[in-house]
Amino acid sequence: MPRAVSSVRHLAARRGRLLGALSLALLLVLAVPGPALALRITPQSGGSPNADGIASLYEIVLVIATIIFVVVVGTLIYSLARFRRRKGAKAAQIHGNTRLELSWMLGAALILVVLAAITFLQLSDIQDPPNGGPNGLAIASGGKAAGSPGAVLTASTTAPSPPNGKKITINVTGRQFVWRYTYGPGFGSPYSYETMVAPADTVVVLRIQATDVIHSWWIPAMGGKFDAVPGYTNYTWFKAPMPKDPVNGKVYTGQCAELCGRQHANMYARVRVVSPSVFQAWLARQKVKIRDANRNAERLRQQLQAQGQIS
Amino acid sequence: MSATLEPTTVRPVPEVIAHEVRAPRSRHRWIDWVATTDHKRIGILYIVTTLVFFVLGGVEALLIRLQLGVPNNSLITPEHYNELFTMHGTTMVFLFVVPIMAGFGNYFLPLMIGARDMAFPRLNALSYWLLLFGGIVFYASIFFQPPEAGWFSYTPLSESTYTPSGGQDAWIFLIHITGISSLVGAVNFYATIVNMRAPGMSWSRLPIFVWTLLTYSILLILCLPVVGGAVTMLLTDRHFGTSFFNPSQGGSPLLWQHLFWFFGHPEVYIMILPGFGIISEVLPVFARKPIFGYKAVAASTVVIAFLSILVWAHHMFATPTPTVVLGFFMLSSFLIAVPTGIKIFNWIATLWRGTIVTATPLYFAAAFIVIFVIGGITGIFLAIFPVDWQLTDTYFVVAHFHYVLMGAAVFSIFAGLYYWFPKMSGRMAGERLGKASFWVMFIGFNLTFLVQHSLGLEGMPRRIYEYPVGAGWDTENLISTIGSFVLAVGIAMSLYNFARSIRHGAHAGPDPWKANTLEWFVYSPPPVNNFDVVPRVRSLEPMRDIRRQVARQTGQPAGTGDELTKV
Repeated sequence: MPRAVSSVRHLAARRGRLLGALSLALLLVLAVPGPALALRITPQSGGSPNADGIASLYEIVLVIATIIFVVVVGTLIYSLARFRRRKGAKAAQIHGNTRLELSWMLGAALILVVLAAITFLQLSDIQDPPNGGPNGLAIASGGKAAGSPGAVLTASTTAPSPPNGKKITINVTGRQFVWRYTYGPGFGSPYSYETMVAPADTVVVLRIQATDVIHSWWIPAMGGKFDAVPGYTNYTWFKAPMPKDPVNGKVYTGQCAELCGRQHANMYARVRVVSPSVFQAWLARQKVKIRDANRNAERLRQQLQAQGQIS
Repeated sequence: MSATLEPTTVRPVPEVIAHEVRAPRSRHRWIDWVATTDHKRIGILYIVTTLVFFVLGGVEALLIRLQLGVPNNSLITPEHYNELFTMHGTTMVFLFVVPIMAGFGNYFLPLMIGARDMAFPRLNALSYWLLLFGGIVFYASIFFQPPEAGWFSYTPLSESTYTPSGGQDAWIFLIHITGISSLVGAVNFYATIVNMRAPGMSWSRLPIFVWTLLTYSILLILCLPVVGGAVTMLLTDRHFGTSFFNPSQGGSPLLWQHLFWFFGHPEVYIMILPGFGIISEVLPVFARKPIFGYKAVAASTVVIAFLSILVWAHHMFATPTPTVVLGFFMLSSFLIAVPTGIKIFNWIATLWRGTIVTATPLYFAAAFIVIFVIGGITGIFLAIFPVDWQLTDTYFVVAHFHYVLMGAAVFSIFAGLYYWFPKMSGRMAGERLGKASFWVMFIGFNLTFLVQHSLGLEGMPRRIYEYPVGAGWDTENLISTIGSFVLAVGIAMSLYNFARSIRHGAHAGPDPWKANTLEWFVYSPPPVNNFDVVPRVRSLEPMRDIRRQVARQTGQPAGTGDELTKV
């Protein structure tokens, strides 16, 4: 008799140890690094309504996913603990249960229908730009598609446009290993590299292209990635809120997200959002700078030609 | 037609029964291995070779993690870093996960269906040697210049303008050679399953692992020719002046992506479906219960395979693509969650009300479910294309597919290795070390990859060789690097366990797990001819029937010898 008791106790102890080990492991991998490090569990947002839309869609999915995870893994761990072999227990020889199986198939399908519905409901917030704000840059391009296709093929995707058609367009060109931004049409096509300057409260449409290999445009707080594929034009947009310091602006950072060669890690993308008036002043200065640089280059070329160093 | 209608008492055709055929030994034992057409030896060659590649790919992964352990690290040059992740991805996909499943299939498919060998034994040997030579061609590039355009080698980066080195060509030849190897193997599996099943083994009595191998083979036959064509086009682009993928000459870089992922996504299921099969074999044996909903589990395998060829463009959500196409591929990717969910529920229901024997294979199988649920759920996030715009090409994706492939596929492979080791070696693998190895692997795996979800959300893209100090990614990367070494220790413990147990393990006997399928009917390791007499199959669990029959014939009470008590 005592022997049987001790073996039962032994079994219970073993089960306890297993449960302990399991929960310790789960605790270790889930709980400890989690809150202690304040790990990010949702996408970044705040730089543009499309990023906010993605983040809120993600959060809904995260809630549903967490419930599913807890239920499924909870059931698994419960059955592993509850149905461990013990003396005298007999395994139930069940081959299946059609009704039960149909019900969880329908349950899974139902969850997916809900997810799809939520996604399509949220989609217009993410894909379609709203109107620019009252303080935004007021350039109406009359609802026409911004920019001409030029020498590149266009994909069947089209340039996004807000309901009132008021937007500005910046051309984003990826090449190994720098982003080039050309401002316009409507601004006389000044350009800059790596850091884009953009007006706040304005719908800024990006025409994304590449000249060599595939790159991917990504500023996490301003929305998702859009690949820059040679031979294609890809579009996205952002509408950044007015920064606290409208002169120096607020800088949003990101980097190229598609492997583009050895220095892929250092192909940064920055967007400095300033007030529309500061933006226009910057454009004017940039144009002067570009003009001066071109003149200097021209002068240098003429000098070198005169000295016979270049033909 | 219907084998079950034959009278069972009369042997219709006289047949010669050979007992315990042993192959004549050559003077040199290695010649026996090189010249072998025995499916079991080929299976072992496959498994050992692929494990060697697994270790190589693992070392590459550890180097990658070392480089990323601290910000602005200069341990590895950008060039070598790109080479490392290209070699790592390619090795793990083409030289480890896909072929080790073929290794299990080679060894156990004929045994499970009661055949004496594969349908085409010499083709079988050919497919192994092609795999080995494909791997050698690929790894030879490390003495020159390895490929560096990533395992999916997106054009135009992989074109000769941007990647002139021969390493890219070595990669192309690897795809060709291992592709032919897999094709030949897949045809062989298919022919064997269709034609060589034991009498009485109807389709509804086919072990789930064999069902998964059947779908694995069909998927390989459907999808490998596509990637074979694509890499040939890349080869002619690189060397013979064609412009399939060159936009300045009217080609399209997106064509490459469509062709590659048309193969590449089914490839994911090619890697994981046999893993599902292993889990579906292991769980019933250690729960001492039949698989719950056999037909649903088998049918969901086929449905997953079918849907898997309709989802490829979910790898391309950030490319210039019309919204309606994005929506289609989101919904088709969602659909896969239904048959996958059915499998998970049926596995848990298989454990429910069982008498679970906590042996090492069960540990790996149970952890497989946990890990696969996480990988599956993050897959739903990625299938929602607006959400994918944030997550694609970040460490979130890296975490997701390592949960599915490193976690789920590799844990299923280890479940299979521990489950079948006694059959292959005749010895039991050490249980204590096996369980210890399991816990170290499980903890190391989650340490490595769980934090990577956060890294992705914090903005860290894939495939960057360094990151600045201020990016805020330091702690997670350090945790991940430490975790990867813990994981490596866990894997090394298991490999040591196997190496040691081959000589020192307890003798296993033919049926140590009191399992359900026919491979446990024969000796461990099995004789060359497998079966002296092929038993007639009367249910999904022929071994269980045989044990009962033995108990009946020896006058013992029913259920004797059917209990799995000590492990």
